[in-house]
Amino acid sequence: MNNHVLKVEGLKKHFPVRRGFFEKVIGWVKAVDGVDFEIAEGKTLGLVGESGCGKSTVGRLILKLLDPDGGTIHYKGKDISALSRKDLKELRKEMQIIFQDPFGSLNPRMTIGRTIEEGLRTLGIKDRDERNTRVQELLERVGISGASADRYPHEFSGGQRQRIGIARALSVEPHLLICDEPVSALDVSIQAQIINLLKELQQNLGLSYLFISHDLNVVGYLSDTVAVMYLGHIMEYAPSEKLFDHPLHPYTLALLSSVPGRDKPKGLETRELRGDVPTPFNPPPGCKFQGRCPLAEERCRQGEIEFYRVSRQHRVRCWKVI
Amino acid sequence: MTEEKEHREYAGQFRRSWAKLKRNKAALFGGALLLLYLFTALFAPVLYPGSPSAPNLMISLEKPSRDHFLGTDELGRTIMGRIIWGSRVSLLIALGVISVGLVLGVPLGLISGYYGGKIDFAIQRVTDMMLAFPGFLLALALVAVLGVGLKNTVISIGISMIPIYIRLVRGCVLSVKEQVYVEAARAVGSKDFRIIVRHILPNVMVPITVQTSLGMGTAILFAAGLGFLGLGVQPPNPEWGAMLGSGRAYLFNAPHVATFPGVAIFLAVLSFNLLGDGLRDALDPRFRI
Repeated sequence: MNNHVLKVEGLKKHFPVRRGFFEKVIGWVKAVDGVDFEIAEGKTLGLVGESGCGKSTVGRLILKLLDPDGGTIHYKGKDISALSRKDLKELRKEMQIIFQDPFGSLNPRMTIGRTIEEGLRTLGIKDRDERNTRVQELLERVGISGASADRYPHEFSGGQRQRIGIARALSVEPHLLICDEPVSALDVSIQAQIINLLKELQQNLGLSYLFISHDLNVVGYLSDTVAVMYLGHIMEYAPSEKLFDHPLHPYTLALLSSVPGRDKPKGLETRELRGDVPTPFNPPPGCKFQGRCPLAEERCRQGEIEFYRVSRQHRVRCWKVI
Repeated sequence: MTEEKEHREYAGQFRRSWAKLKRNKAALFGGALLLLYLFTALFAPVLYPGSPSAPNLMISLEKPSRDHFLGTDELGRTIMGRIIWGSRVSLLIALGVISVGLVLGVPLGLISGYYGGKIDFAIQRVTDMMLAFPGFLLALALVAVLGVGLKNTVISIGISMIPIYIRLVRGCVLSVKEQVYVEAARAVGSKDFRIIVRHILPNVMVPITVQTSLGMGTAILFAAGLGFLGLGVQPPNPEWGAMLGSGRAYLFNAPHVATFPGVAIFLAVLSFNLLGDGLRDALDPRFRI
């Protein structure tokens, strides 16, 4: 498989923690700490994890809204980790993002038409009439009447606003969409509509998705491949069916067994997760999951745990289960 | 969901703000005073057709009477006429000062807040220095450099207003630029200039509006202060502060000469402050200067 749209290797982002008058760096939060994955053309990679595990940061890094501290990002074979400002503009036309919060992601003082139009300016469409026509097409494409381009965000419901956000993302004709928890702020009935819209757009436009979510059901429904993330590390990486039918990592098992309505995965001893995700600030050495892992042993507390390859497409960061 | 609620509330924001302003009696009083003040300034030649500066020593220091409603000053000029024409001067100063403050302060605040880093550091340290002086003292020092007169009064007070706008705007930008829609605009490739003008500026207009109203009051007060010290608008031009200053000498035998210009200054400043406070409460209750 060499038709990757996106290939990420060893991606890192460490945020400094500063204290005191001179803002001395007293430590680092390793939000993303060596992440590898690929997204195939026209496919969806689901990135799952609890809040605070760094999954949104991964999205921002790929879009270059944040600068990575290490690793490489290849988009269509081209390294985009260190792009100039001018090249960045070209990149903006290739990949786009849909945000979690449908209320905060639209400027309340701008009509939705003007909001969507911004991407068309990036495309370099100078003619105002053409831009207006395109705005209407984009709105219709996401299921909103083209006539509502002159209305303000507050006149729309959460689901409609999310559609408008999608129209804005589509305005630059991207190939890769980063969906950052696009449905988690919506009612369940609306979630299905947005997910179906995303599926339909993928089929019609050949888009690739990085679908970031904490909702395993949604991820399972949409994704071809799933990456399970925990405190800046990918714990398990496998094709969707494989991950749901034969999960290996104790964290994946715990996540799956916490989903209501889903059969408990068989095999290994599972235990529900207790406590919160520990703070990513100065974590202990060894496996990041050790504190909450039912299988944790002495070896888990020493040194970095490798990312073992179980089969060609299935990788897991746990020595106990291979 | 609180954010949802906030946005629903945004729906009728203008209508709600207006309704709130209408209920605020103090703000309405301020607004009415301001209208009176604007009317006086605009129609000064109609309200007092003669020259407010022509002396008539025959009738100097006359007490208020039917002929001279507010009395006359030491040169026999009608105080009423001088106050009416003086409203023009003070309004001109207020508008000029605010223009200087807005034109320089707002862009600098936007740049400082949006870009951060070294530019922000440089702008903020200069702002710190300017704010270390009490505003009036800064204006006074600038007059000492620039010289007296209407134009220099405007420039001096205007410059002393700049750091206030920089601080205010920068603070607001820091919160607005973290909004998701700003990130979204960056993601679709909008240029920085466009993001600042289209996304950030409209969302910091409320505090700027409020500060402008309050700032006009301060400007009038400062201008009167400079005039009082003889460092502002020069005689024979009718300026309220200068009138107050020259009336000081006759405080005991002709108190009306100093009193009425003082009342005029008081009412003009009061009108801006009451309206500004009302606007603040009506537009954004979370916002406090």
